[in-house]
Amino acid sequence: MTQTVAQSAEEISDGAPQVQRDGAMRQSRQGPSFLMALPAVLFFGIFALIPLLGVLVLSFMSWDGLGSPEFIGLDNWVRMFERDQTMSSLWLTFVFVVICFVFQAPVALLLGVFMAGAQRYRALLSVLFFLPLLFSSVAVGITFQQLFSPNYGISSALPFDWLPSQWLGNPDIALYVVVFVVGWCFVPFHSLLYQAGVRQIPVSLYEAATIDGAGRVRQFFSITLPQLRYTAITSSTLMLVGSLTYFDLVFVLTQGGPGSATRILPLDMYISGFRNYDMGGASVLAVILVAVGLTLSLLLNKISGSSKMESDKAGM
Amino acid sequence: MARTSPSCSRAASRRRRLGRRRSALTAPIAGLAAASLLGLSACGGGGGTSDQANAWVLNGGVWPVVEQDFESWNEENPEQSFTVDSFANDVYKERIRTAVGSGEAPTLIVGWTGGTLLEYIEHDYVVDITEETAELQDQLISSVADNGIVDGDVYAVPMNNVQPVFLYFNQELFDQAGAEVPTTWEELLDVVEQFDEQDIYPLALAGGSRWPMLMWASYLTDRIGGPEAFQGVVEGDPDGWSDPAILEALERCQELVDAGAFDPNFASVDADQNEDARMLADGQAAMVLQGSWTYSRMLEDHPDFAESGDFGFTTFPAVEGGQGDPANLVGNPANFWSVSESASEESQETATDYLSERLFNDEYVDQMLATGNLPPLEGLDEQIAETEDEEFLGFAYDVVREAPNFQLSWDQAIDPSQEQALLENLELVFLGQITPEEFAENMNATQGG
Repeated sequence: MTQTVAQSAEEISDGAPQVQRDGAMRQSRQGPSFLMALPAVLFFGIFALIPLLGVLVLSFMSWDGLGSPEFIGLDNWVRMFERDQTMSSLWLTFVFVVICFVFQAPVALLLGVFMAGAQRYRALLSVLFFLPLLFSSVAVGITFQQLFSPNYGISSALPFDWLPSQWLGNPDIALYVVVFVVGWCFVPFHSLLYQAGVRQIPVSLYEAATIDGAGRVRQFFSITLPQLRYTAITSSTLMLVGSLTYFDLVFVLTQGGPGSATRILPLDMYISGFRNYDMGGASVLAVILVAVGLTLSLLLNKISGSSKMESDKAGM
Repeated sequence: MARTSPSCSRAASRRRRLGRRRSALTAPIAGLAAASLLGLSACGGGGGTSDQANAWVLNGGVWPVVEQDFESWNEENPEQSFTVDSFANDVYKERIRTAVGSGEAPTLIVGWTGGTLLEYIEHDYVVDITEETAELQDQLISSVADNGIVDGDVYAVPMNNVQPVFLYFNQELFDQAGAEVPTTWEELLDVVEQFDEQDIYPLALAGGSRWPMLMWASYLTDRIGGPEAFQGVVEGDPDGWSDPAILEALERCQELVDAGAFDPNFASVDADQNEDARMLADGQAAMVLQGSWTYSRMLEDHPDFAESGDFGFTTFPAVEGGQGDPANLVGNPANFWSVSESASEESQETATDYLSERLFNDEYVDQMLATGNLPPLEGLDEQIAETEDEEFLGFAYDVVREAPNFQLSWDQAIDPSQEQALLENLELVFLGQITPEEFAENMNATQGG
């Protein structure tokens, strides 16, 4: 590992003077030209910024999809904030994000560490773990809906009386059931990140630790975890922001029900806009979501100090 | 409740059977259809699509028949051809509104009438087709066709099968419990008790999908107070939902839940997977209140039960002392075609020509009947008698023609912005979390808003 890194570094330093001699000294120091970012910037502008501005404008208008939108000032904002559903959806979203994270992060980490090893049948098991990543969320949703059916699902198939007969129809547990299914879908992706992360850790660290007499558990906490710091930050950011805006599986599984027990904010936005045809109100919710999502990722960036990120492998 | 009858695969199997009989005919037709498709795509690629008429259709149920019909129309009328796009039900409902609102609507718009049609008319999105469809109107069953008529003018005409809601039952379970199929509310309550003693669920209810609960609420309201009871809601009366008949209907729904009439897990049963019908077929539940598509779906999914002679169907029980005629029906009268105002004059003419000359042609009607679906036409008795499903189609046909009133499903009849609130509050009523009075209060708050 360390050898390859050193080699490629040599290659780079060999090539660099050549470029400088060609008279592009300033550019090479500034990094790639802005032109290279142009496609991404254009794409982001057209498909993200412009619609975002549209939504912001629409949040000050009254529009039901027919006729032309009417400017009504802050009415939508006042109305949406006075609405009980908005607050309960915000709270549900918060709970959803937190338990999604608490459930997915440890499972993904452990699975990832396991898959990076060299045990027997590891490759076969890894393939099985990755399967959920390949399925469409609608197919997953419908399958789990069948599994949770009170009359034809697991509850009636298995001879355990303690299994609840209602899963998705019980307002007290529906959210947790949904979190489980969402986790089932996304854990493989995060395990993949962790697996790659673990593979980057130099074997020499473990060898040294073994010589020093550290056991497996100690090695995990003292080497693997600290070395996975940046992977954990990436994975957590994706997990938190992802579950904040998550929509499709919840929609297929419960449509926000029973009652409004699983009506998280993105779903509430969809229902307001495309079921109740209240485009103005839905835009308000969308703007709130964007604001919360941006704040969250900025905050994570700040806490994790990605600006101060430095190499873990200094001196190796 | 805005579903298309999901009997597609059965239709396909029927077509396969028909195909064997008529293979001499179908082969050239298929060839022509393919040729016309090619012709179409060439046309579309050449630009000028704005001048060409188009139609959006759904998939599943009888929709393949509709698409086929467009293909043969295009073949016969190359000057007046349609481009046809098909959508899944929910996708269609989301797209059509923005398309209509932005002037991008297809020439022929599929609708369920009710509140949405009223909005279209109010904003001049659809044209008056009274004159063009006068001849067609004479052939239609009026209780169905009336849904497309607003203030005496025709804005929409039915274009597929009638979808009333019936009470389906499992005769074997009734025999086992020594019970009679209920014809009145009191009898229904007695039957519920008898089945409860036998540990059989008296009624399956797909509460997880919410809309099946509407069928109970709207039938009971109609039986108790007649069609007038719901009129206040439709007309935007601020207290419309507090009508005594609606309140009583909801009380009776709660009474049924309390009496153990429904499968106790009804909140988790899903109608999209036809779980409720399945419970009837495998003897877990004795009855289910569902749309007419349940019949063709049952033949497809559970042929053993459907052909066992135990699969029965009847109308919703009468309510003693109620003002509504027990012959009244609830459901979706049909899907309707409207003609878009934003289409070019030429396309509009193509569309009205199609409606007046082509809709419900013999082939179309035959295909619908062959798949167990009932077209809303007068004078079909002889044709129905010749079909394989004569018993069900004959029953449905008589009931539909004799119905003094055909109540459009509530979720379609009301203003579209109220639909979600209605389903949510009704669910809470069935779960016993709010009283009928609270339901009325919550729903009145959405009136005129």
